Amino acid sequence: CFNWLRCDFCSLQLEEEEAKSSFDVDVAVTNPEKVGDGMNAYMAYKVSTRSSLSMFKSKAFTVRRRFSDFLGLYEKLSVKQSLHGCIIPPPPEKSVVGMTKMKVGMDDPSSVEFLERRRAALERFLQRVVSHPLLLQDPDVREFLERDDLPRAVNTQTLSGAGFLKMITKASDAVSKMTIKMNESDTWFEDKFQEVEAEEQQLRKLHVVVDSLVNHRKELCVNTAIFAKSMAMLGNSEDSTALSRALSQLAEVEDKMEQLHQEQAASDFFIFAELLADYIRLLAAVRGCFDQRVRSWQRWQEAQSTLQKKREAEAKLLWANKPDKLQQAKEEITEWEARVTQYERDFDRVGMAVRKEVLRFEKEKTKDFKSQIVKYLEAMLQSQQRLIKFWEAFLPEAKAIA
Amino acid sequence: MLVPGSGSALRSVSVDLNNDASLVIDIPDALCERDMVKFTVHTKTTLSSFQKPDFSVPRQHEDFIWLHDTLVETEEYAGLIIPPAPPKPDFESPREKMHKLGEGEASMTKEEYAKMKQELEAEYLAVFKKTVQVHEVFLQRLSSHPVLSKDRNFQIFLEYDQDLSVRRKNAKEMFGGFFKNMVKSADEVLISGIKEVDDFFEQEKTFLLDYFSKIKDSTAKAEKMTRSHKSRRGFLSKNANLGSVCELKNQKFEFLLEKLSDLFEKLRKVEGRVASDQELKLTELLRYYMRDIQAAKDLLYRRARALANYENSNKALDKARLKSRDIPQAEEHQQQCLQKFDRLSESAKKELTSFKGRRVMAFKKNLVEMAELEIKHAKVSLTAHPIKHTV
Repeated sequence: CFNWLRCDFCSLQLEEEEAKSSFDVDVAVTNPEKVGDGMNAYMAYKVSTRSSLSMFKSKAFTVRRRFSDFLGLYEKLSVKQSLHGCIIPPPPEKSVVGMTKMKVGMDDPSSVEFLERRRAALERFLQRVVSHPLLLQDPDVREFLERDDLPRAVNTQTLSGAGFLKMITKASDAVSKMTIKMNESDTWFEDKFQEVEAEEQQLRKLHVVVDSLVNHRKELCVNTAIFAKSMAMLGNSEDSTALSRALSQLAEVEDKMEQLHQEQAASDFFIFAELLADYIRLLAAVRGCFDQRVRSWQRWQEAQSTLQKKREAEAKLLWANKPDKLQQAKEEITEWEARVTQYERDFDRVGMAVRKEVLRFEKEKTKDFKSQIVKYLEAMLQSQQRLIKFWEAFLPEAKAIA
Repeated sequence: MLVPGSGSALRSVSVDLNNDASLVIDIPDALCERDMVKFTVHTKTTLSSFQKPDFSVPRQHEDFIWLHDTLVETEEYAGLIIPPAPPKPDFESPREKMHKLGEGEASMTKEEYAKMKQELEAEYLAVFKKTVQVHEVFLQRLSSHPVLSKDRNFQIFLEYDQDLSVRRKNAKEMFGGFFKNMVKSADEVLISGIKEVDDFFEQEKTFLLDYFSKIKDSTAKAEKMTRSHKSRRGFLSKNANLGSVCELKNQKFEFLLEKLSDLFEKLRKVEGRVASDQELKLTELLRYYMRDIQAAKDLLYRRARALANYENSNKALDKARLKSRDIPQAEEHQQQCLQKFDRLSESAKKELTSFKGRRVMAFKKNLVEMAELEIKHAKVSLTAHPIKHTV
């Protein structure tokens, strides 16, 4: 009954191979390097792309980008009309504490972890962007990947800290406050929206749980290391030779345990916790798309009501017999008729885009979770195997005590 | 709550016990009544000094303390290592949890409640095992000691089928804990200050003082580590929430999370067993020997006191000779002190030597068992894994 994952693992590999053949862009974010000194310093990351697609100038190329460049890319994509209805992957969040530490040049483990966390998050962000068929075609994306000298992005202040989520929530609130309520001919959208909200809540709860798991493992690490040291001292103090050696060995095993716990905590965090954090933000982005559709509908409705007003104004003018003003009114009506048609088309288009996007997103999400869970379990498995080796090595030492 | 009897071989942190079949003691079960624990002390003996060959009596923790204290106060046993008294049963932690469980009952699902209750019962059981073990070992140490096993009070403890609380009260009035209080304060100073003529004791003293502080430290650190290990378990159980994510319509996703939740449950159970085994084998071992070494130090203290008395009696004799007064009494006193000191030293030497052997064997036994259990549990959790290493 535990073959479920093995079967799924095989089918996952198959899916991956299929996907690879129809889609051929590989991006990696690596080698963070500090540029400059003092408070103006920043981290530059190496962004490498490999692709056989003809739209790129070459098959493999590298550029250097800084964090604000990524934010700038997101900013550009999120305001494009043509991409309305698309789920644009949110970038990682700004962190004043993290960046200050980096500028100051701190080398402690938490700074190292911060940097790795950011690098991995930027990589995932880019991977999601390029695996989206529409986004891949976008010139801004291509420029980001290819252009050696990218103009610095401004206006990235909006995305600090929890800024992204706040932005989405503010937009949502604005939508719900609108007086013209949308009457859905198609319940699909309403149902899906509620589903998305529910899932977001659940993942948040899960994220809290995993977070506390990580912290506890870290605490266990610390206590194990302290214990190992104490055990080593006890071994030194012991006057029976064989027991002394065994105690020293025990201290070493406990040290190795600490390392295992450390790695397990990292695995919990980087594989699991970050996955959840990503999807909580992605689900917020999905909600954002639904809101875009509603706004699009509202724009259409507003245009219709404006058109109506213009027609009434025209009728009034006919009565009042003001030929020059009448001409202007007729022109305005034509203009607004065109707008109404355009906005209706936009609304339909956004609706279709949202539908397609959500279905695609759900498939990706299942795949993503599955592959991360497999990675997590593999790491856990290896950890257990090493644990066994450590204790098996210790056992003869313990038995040799006389 | 009753604790089922389990083989004493599994439980002892001390070894070389119960080799002698003439007096075999064990604690087959214990009852927890509110604040009190009642241990059933079971004795099997071939000795004629006992009225029956096979009998059991109920005893409280306080009875054990009474027995320990009377042994310590007995002048005759000054040259022996008196086995350390078992610590008071501590149900504080599970009791607190039970309280929390009761309060939070309304806000939990039936499943969650059942799971927490199960966890709580396991914790109660673990505390039980620990306290029964430590009380049992105390009695077994006594029964395997050539001199202490013959103690009259020990026999009363094992046999007397009435309540011991009357005796306990009398004893308190007699000694008033005087000796104990006196010992604790001047302990270290006296032992280290004494001029040692005997190499053996010099070495022992140095070793024991150093070892004690190290093992005390190790015990504290081990306790901290064990506590971390245990609290970690509790959090994995919250993953039961994973089940509720499944109200979503995406079936594949739901299935995935459900299976993951199952796996976490299984792993959590294994972790729990690892944590409590580690506690029993390692932390309890260190805790016990810390107390045992304290008892050995107490022996050294008593010997040091006897030596101090002897030295004082020498000085008194010199003074008497100077004053030409009370010389015979002074000589007599000096002789007595010397004899007492010599007897104590001889007995102490034997005790400390056998103590060393016992300690080394106990460590060996527990370290081996702990390693074997760690391997066993890790292998079990491997089989629970859906991915085999071949994939």
